[in-house]
Amino acid sequence: MAEFWNINPAYEKAAKAFLQEKPEAEVTLEFDIEVKDFVNAGKGSAEVKNVLKRLGVDPNVLRRIAVASYEAEINVAAHSNGGRMNSFVYDDMVYIRFEDKGPGISDIRQAMVPGWSTADDLVREMGFGAGLGLPNIQKNADLLHITSEYGESTILEIIIYYA
Amino acid sequence: MAVNLKDYLELIQAEIITPDVDISSVSITDGYVSDMLSDVMGTAKEGQVWITIMRHMNTVAVASMTSIPCVVFAKGLKPDAAVIERAIQEEICLAVSDKQVFDLAGMLYKMLGK
Ligand SMILES: Nc1ncnc2c1ncn2[C@@H]1O[C@H](COP(=O)(O)OP(=O)(O)OP(=O)(O)O)[C@@H](O)[C@H]1O
Ligand SMILES: [Mg+2]
Repeated sequence: MAEFWNINPAYEKAAKAFLQEKPEAEVTLEFDIEVKDFVNAGKGSAEVKNVLKRLGVDPNVLRRIAVASYEAEINVAAHSNGGRMNSFVYDDMVYIRFEDKGPGISDIRQAMVPGWSTADDLVREMGFGAGLGLPNIQKNADLLHITSEYGESTILEIIIYYA
Repeated sequence: MAVNLKDYLELIQAEIITPDVDISSVSITDGYVSDMLSDVMGTAKEGQVWITIMRHMNTVAVASMTSIPCVVFAKGLKPDAAVIERAIQEEICLAVSDKQVFDLAGMLYKMLGK
């Protein structure tokens, strides 16, 4: 399995400790993401955004969470055979995990390059395929972890702190 | 400099297709022009009007995620009812103008005194 990590140094210790312990969350949300379903893809992220807004998360941080989460959700709809999004809300951070049913990413480093995209015509017609989604996630998340290989599922995890 | 969203929409002779969304106190400081949604996601900011020809449901989702108060559709391109309904739920103003993207951006640029 190939892996990609990007962690904001300020949160490296906390984020790694979190991933080892995975304490119980205050709020958990689950959302199925169907193949090429561009009408419903995005609803999971909207739900997370609403929960965090009610918790009083700073609008700028909220925006970063929304962007990272939405890009990841759309990627599952656009590029995979469908999958699931699980969100875990804590006092000080949110952890969101996307797992799909393949086909996987053969070269994650290549996929991270801005402008690189394998989006098909339908995906492009919907306004996606600029090759900027993964770079947007990297830019906005305190932790981004991708595990994948061609022929396997892709797991993408993000953590963003707000306290 | 900031201008009233209402004044700009009047200037470009736009039809506001979300009359239920109250824009009386919305002011705008800038604009963004793009049809690639991830580009908008990565660059657009609060307080900007987004001018585009992309009128899918995803447009509203992206505007919501990036806190864009208003999307202007150029060339008279009107999104369908479901998109409008979603925009109303998300309190995002949608407007349609017959003008081209270049002119719509230029008129805002001028109005903002940039
Ligand atoms: N869940 C996934 N499963 C398989 N491949 C993926 C997945 N997510 C991303 N990819 C691959 O990585 C590439 C780059 O993704 P990225 O989100 O950066 O751009 P994009 O989705 O193609 O376009 P944009 O996000 O700008 O609309 C995709 O084109 C695709 O090949
Ligand atoms: Mg993408």
